[in-house]
Amino acid sequence: MSNAIYKVTDFVRIKDHRIFHGKGQVFKTEKSLGLDQFLKEAYKKLEIAYPKFHKMDALCKLGILASEVLFKDHIISPDTALVFSNSASSVETDKKHQQAMGGMVSPAVFVYTLPNIVLGEISIKHKLQSENVFFVENQFNPELLCDYAEVLLEAEKTPAVVCGWIDLKNAEYDVFLCLISRKGEIPLSKENLKQLYLFENE
Amino acid sequence: MKKIYLLDDALISPLGFSTEENLAAVRNERSGLKFHKNNRFTSGGFYAGIIENDLLAEAFLKIGEPKKFTKLEQMMLLAISRILEKNPGLNLSETALIISTTKGNIDLLTKSSFPESRVYLSELGNVIKDFFGFQLQPIVISNACISGGLALAVAKRFISAGKFDQAIVVGGDLVSEFVLSGFHSFQAMSAEPCRPFSKNRKGISLGEAAAAVLVSSQKPEDPNSISIIGEASANDANHISGPSRTGEGLYKSIQNALREAQVSAKEIDYLSAHGTATAYNDEMEAVAFNRTGLENVSMNSFKGYYGHTLGASALLESILTKHSLLNNELYASLNFDKIGVSKPLNIIKNFEEKELKFALKTASGFGGCNLALVLKKEENE
Repeated sequence: MSNAIYKVTDFVRIKDHRIFHGKGQVFKTEKSLGLDQFLKEAYKKLEIAYPKFHKMDALCKLGILASEVLFKDHIISPDTALVFSNSASSVETDKKHQQAMGGMVSPAVFVYTLPNIVLGEISIKHKLQSENVFFVENQFNPELLCDYAEVLLEAEKTPAVVCGWIDLKNAEYDVFLCLISRKGEIPLSKENLKQLYLFENE
Repeated sequence: MKKIYLLDDALISPLGFSTEENLAAVRNERSGLKFHKNNRFTSGGFYAGIIENDLLAEAFLKIGEPKKFTKLEQMMLLAISRILEKNPGLNLSETALIISTTKGNIDLLTKSSFPESRVYLSELGNVIKDFFGFQLQPIVISNACISGGLALAVAKRFISAGKFDQAIVVGGDLVSEFVLSGFHSFQAMSAEPCRPFSKNRKGISLGEAAAAVLVSSQKPEDPNSISIIGEASANDANHISGPSRTGEGLYKSIQNALREAQVSAKEIDYLSAHGTATAYNDEMEAVAFNRTGLENVSMNSFKGYYGHTLGASALLESILTKHSLLNNELYASLNFDKIGVSKPLNIIKNFEEKELKFALKTASGFGGCNLALVLKKEENE
């Protein structure tokens, strides 16, 4: 189903204490820094100024950081679809809620025990009233993302799609989001998505 | 027009282990909600629709060894097996498997005899795939309480694009201590069986169920068939745990689904609402339905029969909607007393037989997500 009309307009990568915008590194911390500290430092560096950020769980914080970088240079239509995936669902927050179950359970934790909450947080921050879906896969699946993005665009359900992978497990995070539209140089294909996902390992 | 047909289906719930048993119960206004003791609640317990483990294991024994599978897996496998029994010629190497669930085997997060990996949703997908020998990689959707309906929309989209011609869509969720404690912390649990859209509604009842349906691009030979001719989802962009006061996302998803279906609100004969029976959800739906011009359409919520079955609910209710259309039957919105929302709605109070053609199914969930499906009865001349 590869279709050259659609392009990878931009992308963002967050992994191993680094944030890349396209292939350029925009942020880096010491590897010794814990996840919470990394998220806090990145929030400061990106000058997000969004107090709600501090109430979010780590998966949503990663999503907000990534979307902030990804949307920086673009005018984003409120109809831009969000097509996210990961393997661990919301397991980090699930464990937190599970631990609290013996005593006082917090609704502010429980609400984050769903992977699609990150779609909601990004939608609120960027005023997107659009198509949402959260897929759970064994591993990064460029074929599913590419196919579904194309299906939404072809059916004219959306003018643009943000699709990708946002995984968090045992404080290890792996984020790759890309903006798909008619603008850009890189044709949308599963091969290209795979290469972009893997590039920082080169 | 791009569409998919809803072929054979199966429902596994406290109301029975087949669609027929479930329909008979709903027709007779029999609820699966019962009181269950639990110290977490000051009232000493909660109302929910829970499947009896022994009955499930007994039914499952015909297809597999119950001890090797979790309760949720048994429910979902049993649902799919019902469909495969009716379709012995189904080519599993070309049939997609689409799974919807919010929390899957979340009860395995505490000590269990199953390997730790079993708690992951992709592993649930693998268990189902391997049990029957599906060849395509399962697609697992976890999108809060719209998951089951969104799975149908995803099936339609992929089938329309020619990615595959047919799929089994299966949804399931459990009443777990995990989810109970969470909704309890939100003070969202009703102390009595839930009363959607009612003046005296006091919150949700939870439920567990598995639902499965075979969907295809091919029109079945039956004299009547049901298709999905429009679908859309939309986010409220308002709040992660509370619905929009204006029903923005639900309104938008209904508008987009109707537009795709090329059907007007006036043509809708029946509306299967989400209707969780929380104060804010039902009010939001009433606002959105009025904005869309659906206030006079006969509507119900199935939550009084099943409770809120989370990732299964929108699929379970779409299947019931399918049979509503096929049978020309409107099922009562169970436990409704008098209207308890600020806008008028036409709630179905008693079972009724009526000629039906178009139906709308809606759902909304945490994260601000909303979904609408338009179903149509196609009559062969």
